[in-house]
Amino acid sequence: MLAHFFEGAGLATTQISLIRLHTEKIKPPRALWVPFELGHPLGMPGAPLFQKKVLLAALKLLEAAEGPILADFAEEAPVSSAPPAVLACPVNIRIEATDGATETEKLCAAFKSEIMSLRPWYDMAVKKRGRTTVGVSQLAPAAMGDFICSFVEGNVAENPRQDISLADELRFTVEDLKAYYFEAVTAQPGMKVSSARPLLSWFWRDTIGGKTLLAVGEVCAKSADESLQPIGRGLIASAATVSPRH
Amino acid sequence: MVRLAELSEGQRRNAENLPCPTFETQPWVKGPPLSKRRVAIVSTAGLHGRDDRPFTRSAGDFYRIIPSTINAGDLVMSHVSPNFDRSGFQQDWNVVFPIDLLKDFAQAGTIGSVADFHYSFMGADDPMRWEQQARFVADLLKKDKVNAVLLVPV
Repeated sequence: MLAHFFEGAGLATTQISLIRLHTEKIKPPRALWVPFELGHPLGMPGAPLFQKKVLLAALKLLEAAEGPILADFAEEAPVSSAPPAVLACPVNIRIEATDGATETEKLCAAFKSEIMSLRPWYDMAVKKRGRTTVGVSQLAPAAMGDFICSFVEGNVAENPRQDISLADELRFTVEDLKAYYFEAVTAQPGMKVSSARPLLSWFWRDTIGGKTLLAVGEVCAKSADESLQPIGRGLIASAATVSPRH
Repeated sequence: MVRLAELSEGQRRNAENLPCPTFETQPWVKGPPLSKRRVAIVSTAGLHGRDDRPFTRSAGDFYRIIPSTINAGDLVMSHVSPNFDRSGFQQDWNVVFPIDLLKDFAQAGTIGSVADFHYSFMGADDPMRWEQQARFVADLLKKDKVNAVLLVPV
């Protein structure tokens, strides 16, 4: 649709298409359909030569004589020749039995320990890549743990930001937390991951962070605050996409 | 992937049932050869600078400006959806925002140049609401002497 608006305003466009069916219906002037996972319009990470082939194929459509044109990029994204990564948490935190502590308190204590224990791996990831995608919530990792646990513990969570709603801040914190875990675990030697599946399986099945977010989901789904309910349902649905370990 | 048959049942149903607009006209803008094109990226991944306001679907708040000089460490994403994988972007920003690749193409003479400014909208929205802002962005792109827009979804 953006293509139609831009072209109508006198600007030539070309685009990458991830869902061919939509592009067939909308008929933008020039589109290159790619057979990659949603979230990967240029293919797999760390493969600049392959990404350039994709990009050049999309740009070349600008030289087509007439349209609309929907071309297919026939090559699949390269797959690593290494065996599929079996992710293991770089830390091993257990939910400890503590006299007098509630299940929620034990979960949150373990969650906060796990966050702190991942920090050296996360710091290494930032150093190695020179960047991080964590930060939209503007909370430091430890503060993310506190903020998320305030929901699990049933406290009235205080919004640490004045410029966005509590629900938005929770959504961004959840994504920051997952990015923190994913960036940390993929910094381990041999843990370059080209697909979301092993990361999601690892996070939801094997980490206390996953268990804590599921608990947040259950609290939010039942919350009287309607803005939190969809976040809760989304978290429960995300966790359910991963089958439990047998 | 992505082929519809390879999506989860829920994702496939959503993709198949998503209303897609059709247009009575099909504008088509011609231009010079690729080597003379000045290219800008327009993403729908909800990208923005680390210090920018995140996307919250507030009324009238549709896009963010991304300078070509932005460092990889300063670009973040506030498009939140379980339907796409962020791990590619986390490991390599060019998977979603191929600025380094475009700069290499410009240096090699494959394209003419890279725009000074790029733009990102947030995809979890009804793009028909974007028309007015898209036309405004088109004017900004033309002031940047852009003559080719690369639209990148997520």
